[in-house]
Amino acid sequence: MTSYLVRRVFGLIPLLIGITFVSFFVIQLAPGSPVDVATDLNPKASAEVRERLQKTFGLDQPLHVQYGQWLGRISRGDFGRSFAPHNRQVAEMIREALPITLLLNVMSLCLIMGIGIPIGVLSATRQYSVPDRITTVFVFIGFAMPGFWFALLCMLLFGVELGWLPISGLQSLDYDMLTLPQKILDRARHLILPVGIAGLTGLAGISRYMRSSMLEVVRQDYVTTARAKGLDERTVIYNHALRNALLPVITILGLSLPALIGGSVIFETIFAIPGMGRLFYDAVLSRDYPLVMGVLVISAVLTLLGNLLADVSYALADPRLRRR
Amino acid sequence: MKTLRTAFHNRLTVAGGVVVAILIVVAVAAPMLAPYDYAELDAARVLEAPSPAHILGTDGLGRDVLSRMIYGARVSLLVGFVSAGLASVIGVALGAVAGYFGGRVDTLIMRLVDVMLCFPTFFLILAVIAYLDSSIWNIMVVIGVTSWMGVCRLVRAEFLALKKRDFMVAAEGLGVRPLWIILRHGLPNAMAPVFVAFILGVAGAILTESSLSFLGIGVQPPDPSWGNMLTEGKATIEVAWWLSVFPGCAILLTVLGYNLLGEGLRDVLDPRLRNR
Repeated sequence: MTSYLVRRVFGLIPLLIGITFVSFFVIQLAPGSPVDVATDLNPKASAEVRERLQKTFGLDQPLHVQYGQWLGRISRGDFGRSFAPHNRQVAEMIREALPITLLLNVMSLCLIMGIGIPIGVLSATRQYSVPDRITTVFVFIGFAMPGFWFALLCMLLFGVELGWLPISGLQSLDYDMLTLPQKILDRARHLILPVGIAGLTGLAGISRYMRSSMLEVVRQDYVTTARAKGLDERTVIYNHALRNALLPVITILGLSLPALIGGSVIFETIFAIPGMGRLFYDAVLSRDYPLVMGVLVISAVLTLLGNLLADVSYALADPRLRRR
Repeated sequence: MKTLRTAFHNRLTVAGGVVVAILIVVAVAAPMLAPYDYAELDAARVLEAPSPAHILGTDGLGRDVLSRMIYGARVSLLVGFVSAGLASVIGVALGAVAGYFGGRVDTLIMRLVDVMLCFPTFFLILAVIAYLDSSIWNIMVVIGVTSWMGVCRLVRAEFLALKKRDFMVAAEGLGVRPLWIILRHGLPNAMAPVFVAFILGVAGAILTESSLSFLGIGVQPPDPSWGNMLTEGKATIEVAWWLSVFPGCAILLTVLGYNLLGEGLRDVLDPRLRNR
């Protein structure tokens, strides 16, 4: 297991370099030099500011030197300072926003697994039954549903028409005056819509995948053997089939991470949640390039770590993979 | 039972095809079908609920929602086909080269795929758009350039299998140039899954475009897109439900149509999946 882990971690290095390469390429897309763009936003920028920016970006150097310097800075966690008036460290801004997005995504993932896997198993074990047909229809609608529109409709129904749930932010205005149980309740009420919607839109993929994985496994010889031994159907499905059908789902969860993180732009913007997605959206709108690059690199590295976690869990669950 | 199943499946595929065909007709014939000009303002009829004069109501500037949705079909058709087409071209080219030549080229291309897959696509698209203007052409190019990886993997897998087939080995033995082998002998045999991926890619691109336009960084008003119509819907959600409901239905139906058509074609074109 240790050697597998070591090999996997070393395998990440070229990917990490690739991520920084693509990100650096995106920086080069900027028309004119980044200094012009930065000072265009602020016409009062003096020659001194231009010079400082020039030096920050190392623009007098050839491209490969610039890349090397940039790489050196971000490897020390230095993503530069935001162009916004407060001029804060990008790394600090990301550190504040990241836990919120992680929390939301972990909760949505739990929801996706908690509902998607049972639905998939049910569909597969009763293939072509009425419940299977109904879930298939819902899965197709789920695939086609724009997440932001679903969020809009839920806001209209639960927030505006029924007035049951708050539709923006993470806490009420009077949050600081609440007692602890009230605080927890307040947080929970604010999280229901964003987490629920992100979870429901991600549900379609996992339940579909679980269904086909399960369908594949129940046709395997060892399932037939289990049946032939006279085990009852429940034991066959839950002990023999489900365990094996879950394996590929681990990988799919890892692969669905980029979509989840990307989706946080939409949900955090709609529900005014101060996470990474919202931070990124604001950075794009105000062309705050250091912040854009910082979030882009961090989000890709996070996805990479998520995939590593998925691979390692897979190896823990499936001994065949470790010995290879 | 089995014929019933096939019929159910085919019916859905046909339904998807019909939706797609209708959308293409609507997009092409938009000027003839739209009851009003999509940009025609009518200050006297602002935010009017659906009525016989304006079947789907009017928006905040008194424009006819139905007419704007009909023209919006043009945007989604254009974005869908151009983006998915670009993604397919890039994916096929890189996938064919990787699969056919193997070795170092293959490793390099597949690593690039892995790296691209690490970026949350939506973040990457937004990052590029931050540097460019959000014109419809830029958006189509950016969506295309960030969504070719699936096709690339598909085509590479096809070519890995094809390379060992007799007709490919024979062509190689006859001294046919590699480029010609790929184009003439390889590609025609690898196109079926690419076609399916293209149709599903159109659906994905339409979803992405509508999300971008909704966020205000896609198609810019006054040009109508279903996504930017919903932005206005969100602003007037408490007084004008029709602005939030109808354009969303259009996106849902369109994406559903392409998905059903694509999935159905996959079942038809790939016999390995037929008995699932």
